[in-house]
Amino acid sequence: MIHRRRLLLAAAGGAGLGLARLAAGAPNIGPAGLSAGALESAEWDTLPGKLPLIKRSWRPPNFETPTRFFNEPFTANDAFFVRYHLAGIPQVDAGTWRLRIGGDGVTKPFELSLAELQRDFEHVELAALCQCSGNRRGLSDPHVPGVQWGYGAMGNALWKGVRLKDVLARAGLAPDAVEIAFDGADTAPLDATPDFVKSLPAWKALDENTLIAWQMNGEALPHWNGFPVRLVVPGWTATYWMKHLVSIDVRRSALQGFWMNPAYRVPKGKFPIIERFVSQEVPASTPITEMVVNSLITNLRDQMMYKARSPLFVRGLAWDGGFGVNRVEVSTDGGREWRLAELGEDHGRFSWRQWTFAFTPDPGEHVVMAKASNRIGATQTFDLVFNPAGYHNNVVQRIRINCA
Amino acid sequence: MIHRSVTTRLASGAIGLALACGAQAGEDAIELKDGPGREQVQRNCIACHSLDYIQMNSPFLDRKGWEASVGKMIKVMGARIDDADARVIVEYLAAHYGK
Repeated sequence: MIHRRRLLLAAAGGAGLGLARLAAGAPNIGPAGLSAGALESAEWDTLPGKLPLIKRSWRPPNFETPTRFFNEPFTANDAFFVRYHLAGIPQVDAGTWRLRIGGDGVTKPFELSLAELQRDFEHVELAALCQCSGNRRGLSDPHVPGVQWGYGAMGNALWKGVRLKDVLARAGLAPDAVEIAFDGADTAPLDATPDFVKSLPAWKALDENTLIAWQMNGEALPHWNGFPVRLVVPGWTATYWMKHLVSIDVRRSALQGFWMNPAYRVPKGKFPIIERFVSQEVPASTPITEMVVNSLITNLRDQMMYKARSPLFVRGLAWDGGFGVNRVEVSTDGGREWRLAELGEDHGRFSWRQWTFAFTPDPGEHVVMAKASNRIGATQTFDLVFNPAGYHNNVVQRIRINCA
Repeated sequence: MIHRSVTTRLASGAIGLALACGAQAGEDAIELKDGPGREQVQRNCIACHSLDYIQMNSPFLDRKGWEASVGKMIKVMGARIDDADARVIVEYLAAHYGK
């Protein structure tokens, strides 16, 4: 039976893409490198208020942004990826929403309405990339369990809100506060499931760039991206960017629980990570923290034909964990020779940065690659640094094109 | 039928707020491979997630891998799956969605 939703999607102009999926034997959405089951189970679908995105799972909803949206400096709200762990997702009423600030690390616990949050603290707006820790997990070789993301579990936006540190200051922070824990309004269908609660080390929570935000690209947060208020933790992976934020607990001890350990961990010493979460470290592993240097070619498609003997523009993005990307090199011969790409406008060190590279291809096959570096000299890897959760995949892409 | 039971379960949960279940319609069309154990999978797993999680995570887990996944659902996520069903579910997943 043809599913009605797919027909609607195609009719709504989710483009020929929706229609293409209806035809038997149509090519899958990709990308190449995902497991057969991940390729077969993905489809275009539309969450309320969103454009057609790549459905990885329906419940909880996990929807990926198609690469074509990444040719813009900021990712449209209705194309922004969606990621949930737990299927109980409330429609939060902004009028009755309250943010509770408490815990054993404060002297003056209090509550805020949205109007008070917006009235009482200085407003800050900054550009930052929000990238799921597991972005590109589906490309891990060997494959590892979890949501089988391709390249699109990320988006860049302008976030507006107030500094978390200003809100915490009103609560009277204890000098020995070690972690700040955050809870959102989403819940699990079963009471026995660990609630999704995450903490930050106090130093990161108090960073002037860590925000409690209610706006994204000049508009209220979309429901699926945390309405009415979410945490914005520039430089760090999105696991810490709590959506539908309802409570902040200042703690004098480390937060325990599944979502802190064993979830969202990387093996110690495998990645060039600078920012540490010391109160959560154990001998074998540490929580994931800042994003590694990475890049994405956004306009060329693998195995496609392009015109020879006329300028071909390679476009893409580059980002890191907040040190700032300062160099992108492109190779068009499979990595033998590298040349500098031209960097686009700098929207701040937490934003991704666009880049372009022009070359005039001879007829034949070319393998195009891009490699970003940042201000502290970190760069991408050529071979996967395997880890059981499939995090920090910054393997240099190899895009094979044919020119004629 | 499956859809209704999930909605009921969610609506009777701890949160009194209206739930946004916009994405639920799509999962009705999921068809897992036929075989002994499919019924136990459908009955148990849908309490918390759509069944495309199983399709998506295939076919790269071996029997041990699926055993670990089902074990995590019971021990960590609190799924109330009895031992007999858990054994059947692991067999089904290994046979139809295993490597």
